[in-house]
Amino acid sequence: MISVEHKHIKTTPHSGALDLAQVREKLRLCSSKQWWRSLEELAESPYFEEFLHREFPRHASEWADSLSRRGFLKLMAASLALAGLSGCAGKPRETIVPYARAPEEIVPGKPLFFATAMTLAGSAIGLLVESHEGRPTKIEGNPDHPASLGATDVFSQASVLTLYDPDRSQVLTYLGDIRPWGALLAEIRVQLERLRPRRGAGLHLLTETVVSPTLALQIRSLLSEFPGAKWHQYEPFGRDSAREGSRLVFGRYVNTLYEVDKADVIVALDADFLASGPGCLRYARQFARQRRPQPAGASMSRLYAVECTPSNTGAMADHRLPLRATQIETFAHLLAAAVRGEPKAAARVAYATWLQAVARDLLRHRSRSLVIAGEQQTAAAHAWAQVINHALGNFGSTVTHTDPVEAEPVHQMASLGELVADIDAGRVELLVIVDGNPVYNSPADLAFGGRLLKVPMRMHLSLYQDETSALCQWHIPETHYLEAWSDTRALDGTASIVQPLIAPLYSGKSAHEFLAAFTSQPERSGYDIVREYWKTQRPGADFERFWRKSLNDGVIEGTALPAITVAPKTDWITMQDRISTAATDDPQRTAENAATMEIVFRPDPAIFDGRFANNGWLQELPKPITRLTWENAALVSPVTAERLGLTYRISSTGGEHGQILVDVVELNYQGRSLRMPVWVVPGQAEGCVTLHLGYGRTRAGHVGTGTGFNAYLLRTSAAPLFGSGLALQKTAERLRLACVQLHHNMEGRELVRSATLQEFRQNPAFARELREEPAKSLSLYPGYKYEGYAWGMAIDLNACVGCNACVVACQAENNIPVVGRTEVMRGREMHWLRIDHYYRGSPDDPEMYFQPVPCMQCENAPCEVVCPVGATVHSAEGLNDMVYNRCVGTRYCSNNCPYKVRRFNFFRFSDWETPSLKLMRNPNVTVRSRGVMEKCTYCVQRINAVHIEAERENRSVRDSEIQTACQQACPAEAIIFGNINDRESRVAKLKAEPRNYALLGELNTRPRTTYLAAVRNPNPELEKGKDHGS
Amino acid sequence: MAQIFHPSTNTISRVSLFSALFLIAFLLWVLAEIQRSPYVTEANMEREQPVQFSHKHHVADDGVDCRYCHTSVEISAFAGIPPTKTCMNCHSQIFRDSPYLEPVRESFRSGKPIEWTRVHQLADFVYFDHSIHVSKGVGCATCHGRVDQMPLVRQVVSLQMEWCLSCHRQPELYLRPREQVFNMGWQPPPNQLEQGRRLAKLYRVRRAEELTSCSTCHR
Repeated sequence: MISVEHKHIKTTPHSGALDLAQVREKLRLCSSKQWWRSLEELAESPYFEEFLHREFPRHASEWADSLSRRGFLKLMAASLALAGLSGCAGKPRETIVPYARAPEEIVPGKPLFFATAMTLAGSAIGLLVESHEGRPTKIEGNPDHPASLGATDVFSQASVLTLYDPDRSQVLTYLGDIRPWGALLAEIRVQLERLRPRRGAGLHLLTETVVSPTLALQIRSLLSEFPGAKWHQYEPFGRDSAREGSRLVFGRYVNTLYEVDKADVIVALDADFLASGPGCLRYARQFARQRRPQPAGASMSRLYAVECTPSNTGAMADHRLPLRATQIETFAHLLAAAVRGEPKAAARVAYATWLQAVARDLLRHRSRSLVIAGEQQTAAAHAWAQVINHALGNFGSTVTHTDPVEAEPVHQMASLGELVADIDAGRVELLVIVDGNPVYNSPADLAFGGRLLKVPMRMHLSLYQDETSALCQWHIPETHYLEAWSDTRALDGTASIVQPLIAPLYSGKSAHEFLAAFTSQPERSGYDIVREYWKTQRPGADFERFWRKSLNDGVIEGTALPAITVAPKTDWITMQDRISTAATDDPQRTAENAATMEIVFRPDPAIFDGRFANNGWLQELPKPITRLTWENAALVSPVTAERLGLTYRISSTGGEHGQILVDVVELNYQGRSLRMPVWVVPGQAEGCVTLHLGYGRTRAGHVGTGTGFNAYLLRTSAAPLFGSGLALQKTAERLRLACVQLHHNMEGRELVRSATLQEFRQNPAFARELREEPAKSLSLYPGYKYEGYAWGMAIDLNACVGCNACVVACQAENNIPVVGRTEVMRGREMHWLRIDHYYRGSPDDPEMYFQPVPCMQCENAPCEVVCPVGATVHSAEGLNDMVYNRCVGTRYCSNNCPYKVRRFNFFRFSDWETPSLKLMRNPNVTVRSRGVMEKCTYCVQRINAVHIEAERENRSVRDSEIQTACQQACPAEAIIFGNINDRESRVAKLKAEPRNYALLGELNTRPRTTYLAAVRNPNPELEKGKDHGS
Repeated sequence: MAQIFHPSTNTISRVSLFSALFLIAFLLWVLAEIQRSPYVTEANMEREQPVQFSHKHHVADDGVDCRYCHTSVEISAFAGIPPTKTCMNCHSQIFRDSPYLEPVRESFRSGKPIEWTRVHQLADFVYFDHSIHVSKGVGCATCHGRVDQMPLVRQVVSLQMEWCLSCHRQPELYLRPREQVFNMGWQPPPNQLEQGRRLAKLYRVRRAEELTSCSTCHR
């Protein structure tokens, strides 16, 4: 936000290109630190001003699609006439279809919950899935599961849409022709008999990371029957670094677990442990619990983040140091040296003061500190993190080790390399690919697609007919995890049975059933296979009890791996010390590195490695930090953008809203090139270009094909994480991106409030004092009395890690449609809950804050008084009810909403035709049609359901009995909902905290949703000057 | 110049202007009445069903309780339509050869459900819950009428919002003791208002403001 006093520095109208020098000048002139949302807001471009002042942009109602306005009106007239005729027909008759024989336990109208688990990249999250008459509709976390603790991430929330995706592969094919299962069995028979004399040599199996004990057993028995066969594992984000790091330092593969709640000081080395990777839900919850300061009493932990590209964890950090990806290993090494009392060469680096302050802070908190290396950092960085943790005595307190969770831990890139070498040598005759999409997501230098064709017989089991299926003779449709029996393990080894919620929608086979086809019992069901495995694990008469209990609980008792004691090998440390002292001291190399650009590969925060590309919820999900939807861009720092003369401009004309024109750059890296739009990210390390993988799919389905740009084309097997030597060139081309960061701007009036722990201690009510709230009586309208319940919500900005789980949970719970890229650019995205992202301070290294904004459910609601048809009215419990069947779509309410939380159905965005998507809808929420306004209702269907249950039992609703969808999904417990009339409720207590403030409270809207201000805990040593350079 | 209009024209014009107002009001009233009439609400229309099932016979003659078939009425929003199995509990013993029951036996043999025609059809944006009404002392007959006297079930009330609100505004006019909910023949006592108020308090029926909030029924 730019405050009034320096509005006069307004520049002359210009092209809209970003002027960074001007931005810096403005920030310098500001006496205090300013909040801002985007660089163009800081630059105060005239385009931005216009953008801002229009709730519905100019020409928003103009028909901008190919059909002409006149043609459209003609069509409308005809359909209106026909619609009039259909009105004479009376109500259509409905039928009621009961069961012929009712299954046990199903009560029509009452949902059931079943425990299951979803595996992603070799780690499981335990889930409870809501089922309406046999249709899974909503995913919740399993509170008893160690990786979930009741929370969910975006991928598990959105997985229910993948289940019902009409683009999923539905038939088994051979060279594109439909074949029966029997034909495949016959083919497998022929192939195996041919290979059997050679003990299976020529049979190669390629899987993703295998954690399922049953699947591992199946593969091992296949390998023992065919000793010549080979098993390869590969997935693009297969956690090679963490595994290899442990092997470097311990001499063997070890699984590392953290107890974040026991740590007072945490250092994240390019680690986004709060929002990605296995255990992020658990860690986020533990972290948030350590971040609830009280004026006197409870203190909070301190988080340092060193990273190349801003992540959710970096945004939560008290101190953040942007460093190039290649420098982070050096940082880790120097930190290890400092912690071990060798203050060596550290003085030479630019961030020496910072590093030493961190080291001192760590040393002050021996055994209560934690250093975490990121999934996308090198093996050595992981090794150093282990060394530091060991030196600090954290092993056994904040860090525990177990044996690996993976059934067969391998270096996956090497494993894929072996497969490629075998193909080249002509040793692969039958390649069986179970899951995964290597043709799309393997490193570019392996040219896997071309090589694959050299294999005489190729079979691929997958959910979609994807890039790999297209190059395999046999494609077998796979079952979704909600359709098939399996088992899996969580980050600490805890096993869960994956229980299906629905019979396979199509003729899919699970990995277990597919592998059974290679045995002498090819027709065994997945259920039998999984059950049999566990029977061998738990022999005895009470197996049935064990099985039922495991299914009911969603976790199998006593399967968590026991902690093991390990110690770093001293010879590795001394060796490294020797090597890298020489390396870091080499000034020539340092200078060279500084001159070239670096490329960094990251999984996309929304569609991961590309496997969720056809999921509309995830595609439309604004990515944390960048808030881009539907595509990826090359992320560069403001300084890099300035150096290369990269511009971007926003425009609010032409019926497009949120349209942002950015330059397209050409990335040249190791002889390969890619053209991509560029996106300036405040806080990105200088000279570092981050690419999110997963886009540019060619055979993803109707939703995902053709979105974004395929960064796998630049990824090599030698440097799958990052590398230097990138050349970046600006082209004359420009592209429009669908970014929502500028949408729903509330024109900063201290929307986010934050203080340091010290300031908070001195003045606990700092957040309330920033703006005066008018007296309750100051209203033209008579007040409401809330005699029964008064629903309210408190959102803790100090806890919110911006992971987006709430946004997808809301979408799933409330049947919120996906609108598509074009409509997002027009500002018509429908998310009821958005996560605003704010910056403060310099664009090179800003502080970052997340603020989830649902409907505020104002007591003096500006929307209610302007509705001409009474479609939005006040309920007796203080909700701003939205009555869809009354709404005529004037949009007055939305114009009058200061929080910009109302969403309008400009078209019939909901899919009313696709049969499979009908199964997915929440039956307790209306599916809205065109011309209707909608917004967050505090999940009124959940309120009513609990209300009715309590009323039936003649009691009051208990505290925390109602959980809104966003609250339930939140890993950090940042959202608390309840009855504010009950002084003892959690929400009432939070609202009584001094940190509590109302968003735009000065407008006297009396919002029911309030926020707890953020408090950061900076290191006093680093506070003055913040002179860490870099 | 001769008069063009006869003096009586004044009266005629006054009367016609005045009656035009009445005519408009009358037309509006007619429209409103049409809207409330069974032509629109489809009340009192008997529906052809795949099986000639008589509630009169089963309830009045045989004394079968509502909940024998509508099993989830006390716990779920949906009262429940019995599975074929429920019919066969008795009809595998009695009327085994009746031709009227052939569709039931066919359904039981093939496992293909009987498709009943819905009689009480609420708009899709209304989220009605049987269980809460039953537990607060709203009798079956209050909304469904004397089903025990209907050979073929018909809707006896309009099921329009004004009808719902007539009770949500003043539930005391309609409440009955919980033990009488399934009694088809229950008649309100002379002191219904007084008893209703007492029951509303006893059963913790919510205040009218809460019961008439839009989100109570619409989401």
